[in-house]
Amino acid sequence: MLRLTCPHCGVTAEETELTPGGEAHLRRAGPDATDAEFESYLFARKNPKGVVFERWRHAHGCGKWFIAARHSVSWQVFGTYPAQTTEPPADLIETIRAAIPTWEGWQ
Amino acid sequence: MSDMVSALNGARFEGFAEITETGLCGMVQIRADLASAGLAQALGGLGLSVPGRRAILSAGDLELGWMSPDELMLFCPRDRAAAITQQLAQALGGEHAMVLDVSDARVRFSIRGEKADQVLMKLCPVDLPTLPQGEIRRTRAAQTAVAFWRVDGGLDLIAFRSVAGYVMGLLKHSARPGAELF
Ligand SMILES: [Zn+2]
Repeated sequence: MLRLTCPHCGVTAEETELTPGGEAHLRRAGPDATDAEFESYLFARKNPKGVVFERWRHAHGCGKWFIAARHSVSWQVFGTYPAQTTEPPADLIETIRAAIPTWEGWQ
Repeated sequence: MSDMVSALNGARFEGFAEITETGLCGMVQIRADLASAGLAQALGGLGLSVPGRRAILSAGDLELGWMSPDELMLFCPRDRAAAITQQLAQALGGEHAMVLDVSDARVRFSIRGEKADQVLMKLCPVDLPTLPQGEIRRTRAAQTAVAFWRVDGGLDLIAFRSVAGYVMGLLKHSARPGAELF
C-alpha cells in the first residue's frame, strides 16, 4: 500500500484517496519542435527502475495537485512537494542522493 | 413558494450507531486567499475567524471548516444561508474571492453513539483513533467524496446531494446491528 503526504493539506493519504497524474516535470515540445521531439513529449516516458517523480492529485481530499518522489522498486517515498514548480526542491534532491548515491539525477 | 426538502427528508437508521440525515442544513462555500485581511474581516462580521489547516471551528449556530488551501465551508441554519452568502459576497467585493450557497448541493448526516467511529472505519481510509476534535477530514466513503468531523456524541458527515442515497446505504450497512468491529 502506498501512502503519500499531501503537502497542501498535510494528510497522509492512502493511495485510493489519490489520483495518479503520470510522470512529473515534462517539458512541452515547442512550436519549432520536430515530429520526433513532439512524439517523445507525448508518449516517451522514463519509467525507470529507480527514482520516479510522479504527479498525484489529492482527489478525495483537498483536491490539489502535488508531486511525489519515490522508488519504483522498493516504494520508498523520498518526499512530496506542491506541483507549482518546474523542478524538485534542493533539499529533496539531497535526500535522494543520500539514500541512493548512484542516482543519475532527476533530468 | 414550494417547501424546501432535504435529500432524504430526515431519514434515520438505528444500528450499533444511530444514523440520521439531518434535514435542511445551510452550506456556504468560500473560495478566497485564506491569508487575506479582507477575508478575516468578512468572517469577523459573523463572529468567525479563518480556521487553520484542516480545522473546523464554531461560533453559535455557525461552523466553519477548512476544505483546502483556498476553500472554506460555512455551515449555518438553512434559512440564513442566502443572507450569509450575500453578506460575505458583499464584504469580499474587493477581493479575488467567490461565495456560493451550496446548501442544495450537499447532504449532511449525523452518526451518533459510542461506536460511531466504527461506522466510518469500515468505509474510509482514515485512522479514526488519531482524528482529533476540531479537525475536518476530507476523504472518500467507499466510492464517493465525503468530509467528517467530531461533534458531541459522535461524528457529522457531509457528501454531495446527488449521492445521498448511496451514502445513506453505506452508513446503514456499516452500522447494522451486530456488525461492530470491537
Ligand atoms: Zn491534500
